Amino acid sequence: MNAPADVAKWLAEQERKELLRFITCGSVDDGKSTLIGRLLYDTKQIFDDQLSTLEADSRKHGTQGEGIDFALLVDGLSAEREQGITIDVAYRFFASEKRKFIVADTPGHEQYTRNMVTGASTADLAVLLVDARKGVLTQTRRHSYLAQLLGIRHFVVAVTKMDLVDFDQAAFDAITADYRIFAEKIGIADWTAIPVSGLGGDNVGERSARMPWYQGPSLLEHLDTVPLDAAADAQKPFRMPVQWVNRPDQSFRGFAGQIASGTVALGTDVRVLPLGRITRIARIVTADGDLDEAIAGQSVTVTFADEVDCSRGDVIVAAADPPEVADQFEAAIVWMDEHELIPGRGYWLKLGTQMVTATVHHPKYEVNVNTLEHLAAKTLGLNGIGIAEIATDREIVFESYTVPDGPPNRALGGFILIDKLTNATVAAGMLHFALRRAMNIHRQHLDVSRETHATLKGQKPAVLWFTGLSGSGKSTIANLVEKRLVARGRHTFLLDGDNVRHGLNRDLGFTEADRIENIRRVGEVARLMADGGLIVLTAFISPFRAEREMVRKMLPEGEFIEIFVDTPLGEAEKRDPKGLYAKARAGEIKNFTGIDSPYEVPDDAEIVIDTTTMRAEDAADFIVEELLKRR
Amino acid sequence: MPALTHLDRLEAESIHIFRETVAEADRPVMLYSIGKDSAVMLHLAKKAFFPAPLPFPLLHVDTGWKFRDMYALRDKVAADPAIDLIVYKNPEAERLGINPFDHGPAHTDMWKTEGLKQALDKYGFDAAFGGARRDEEKSRAKERIFSFRDRNHRWDPKRQRPEIWSLYNVRKNKGESVRVFPISNWTELDVWQYILREKIEIVPLYFAGDRPVVERDGLILMVDDDRIPLNGETPQVRRVRFRTLGCYPLTGAVDSSACTVEEIVAEMLVTTTSERQGRAIDRDAGAASMEKKKQEGYF
Repeated sequence: MNAPADVAKWLAEQERKELLRFITCGSVDDGKSTLIGRLLYDTKQIFDDQLSTLEADSRKHGTQGEGIDFALLVDGLSAEREQGITIDVAYRFFASEKRKFIVADTPGHEQYTRNMVTGASTADLAVLLVDARKGVLTQTRRHSYLAQLLGIRHFVVAVTKMDLVDFDQAAFDAITADYRIFAEKIGIADWTAIPVSGLGGDNVGERSARMPWYQGPSLLEHLDTVPLDAAADAQKPFRMPVQWVNRPDQSFRGFAGQIASGTVALGTDVRVLPLGRITRIARIVTADGDLDEAIAGQSVTVTFADEVDCSRGDVIVAAADPPEVADQFEAAIVWMDEHELIPGRGYWLKLGTQMVTATVHHPKYEVNVNTLEHLAAKTLGLNGIGIAEIATDREIVFESYTVPDGPPNRALGGFILIDKLTNATVAAGMLHFALRRAMNIHRQHLDVSRETHATLKGQKPAVLWFTGLSGSGKSTIANLVEKRLVARGRHTFLLDGDNVRHGLNRDLGFTEADRIENIRRVGEVARLMADGGLIVLTAFISPFRAEREMVRKMLPEGEFIEIFVDTPLGEAEKRDPKGLYAKARAGEIKNFTGIDSPYEVPDDAEIVIDTTTMRAEDAADFIVEELLKRR
Repeated sequence: MPALTHLDRLEAESIHIFRETVAEADRPVMLYSIGKDSAVMLHLAKKAFFPAPLPFPLLHVDTGWKFRDMYALRDKVAADPAIDLIVYKNPEAERLGINPFDHGPAHTDMWKTEGLKQALDKYGFDAAFGGARRDEEKSRAKERIFSFRDRNHRWDPKRQRPEIWSLYNVRKNKGESVRVFPISNWTELDVWQYILREKIEIVPLYFAGDRPVVERDGLILMVDDDRIPLNGETPQVRRVRFRTLGCYPLTGAVDSSACTVEEIVAEMLVTTTSERQGRAIDRDAGAASMEKKKQEGYF
């Protein structure tokens, strides 16, 4: 087929190919890598030089004696070759006559649940590997559950190593019967079992002559016929999260994004959520010329018929069929970080292009992925999966992740949590439903605004947040600052341990979680008072950066003024006004900041007071001066 | 409306990645190596931000040893007033006269690996687009689309952030930077199909031509200028082309008569060697050489 006309025809056929993404799940010994290696080999994705490298590698690391070890073809990183296991998600590409495939190859052992969830998040189908000699194992159930949790609807049970059971039908039938019971129990309706041998290629690309009793399709034939999620996404209502505002000059203002679901056409009535303003689509702009219509999956830029505010994080939706807007949810959460979930702590939540602060409550329960039992849990550790309520600091546009009889709403139902200090992606989550419907779209504006309060008092509200070790002098200095402000006719209020711990927060102790909740409540109260127009002073150790940042984010820009009262531990301990350090040293007080609990020094506090060089009165004068400069 | 094809989906995904990066990074840049993958990447970037001009510059980390045809295309691309191209050459490598003949692996290390680190640090780029694909090489298959580097530009394969759905976490710690690979999920065939469909201009060396070559260690090297020392060899004129382009003394040609993209694809369909095979760089240290280079900061 070297004639250009043939190639052109062939290319045109390639152009029309669909894309199916799937995930393979199985453990080290299930022959998973061998099966994928075989798929690549059978569809001619392996080149000669790769094959010669493979032969050399097979002799060095292989487990097949002098034979070719297909597993080495896909076990990429040298660290895992040495250990003989796959440690991460790897993506493979191959094509049949009809489709192109992207395979997420993920390891099966329990500690890497995180990787399986990653691979499953974009897959239409899951291939579960079951060793013909071992049958349906705990891990098979775990993989099925995880794939189903992520919304995968099509399953293949690939019964591998059929060569090692002499291609025996009874072994295959027993496994099929076993899996049927489990699939019914957890509600997997669409699954197909296929007996294969990766080593010999039986029923991988082509049907095997060695298993005449099997009448079904080969794995590849089956992969060619499974319905695609993309087709169903196009049938849903229109949603497009705005990624970027395209404004090269005054004459053009477009909103760029990838269409999550549905279709959009010129003149379509749309709403811009979360605020709900209504307009019409004026143009659908692409570099290849304007379109009359665009469909789920396309990346486009749209313009509106009216001047309507719209920015990154907003979602453009079908006006007649908008999704919900809310700030409290129930969600399934998969924890992916070595540091466990801290209930009450603020994390970044990214959903579509929306980025907000979210707090997670204590889980309602954790799911044992092996037995699917619900267990009581106070938190979630690495690879823990639980159901919990979460709250966001502002309303977000969302849809339930799970859709009955359809592919999941990945774009507006799936979210990640990001640790605010390490910036690590610590969790993936799937929203179930809103706990109460937010009234955002029809919200009543309060007649008395926070500006009204502030104007009435003739001042600009602020929260002066004093942080530092116990005995550093926070309360002393805060008191002096408050007196000076009142003397200048300002309206103030001081929150400290004495007036908060005995009332509002008397149910809290000194564990890390309780200290975080303590600060969260103080932050909320301070914010309400600032809304009321007051200058609020707070004096709490507030040892963790994340919580101080959380409070900062609650307030309008510039209203949170962090004041670090910098007293070295030795000096504070020497002063020890309440005798607390002595007790902590004696082991009578646990979790005492500086002794057996850390104090995280502020990175960029607005004001730093070095109490070893400045008297309390001078510090108070200095702070008031700084404050006046800022007004 | 007809369903989207494989290529439509890849294009839309790449555009999404470009836009996420520009929306969330402080100072992005595109690494422009002049090869076909760079050409595709540039084309996708223009589409992502149309009608606005590219919201970031291109960076060519030069070694002085690229093919002349590559410099010609680079200069043509840079002539577009909407394109801001930065060319960076490691001054130390320049001073020491580092070259592929006398310095072996130090050539790639100093010009490319060190040169790239220096350029990123000098301009303060915190996100750099690269044209790597997962089908190229085994360690690439496991790399994320958003791949973080520590302050020493090192890659740690065991500390990669999970990438779930199409939600990319672009937040960086102080000193960290991120390499972004918008065409991670493309295969070599996809790239060629796209070049054909979109009529993207590429360096003529990808097409067969009669070129003066010498054969060394199984590599067919082109005598692109007189800096290549000939040890009694007489260059032969052979009809060859290149499947991948880099420094000319390190890049092997293949015998070919393919003069159009269609013919290249036809050749690919019967070809039996993978694309990186023409690269001397992968063989330096045995099986794990690319992974090792990446940990050291190679793109």
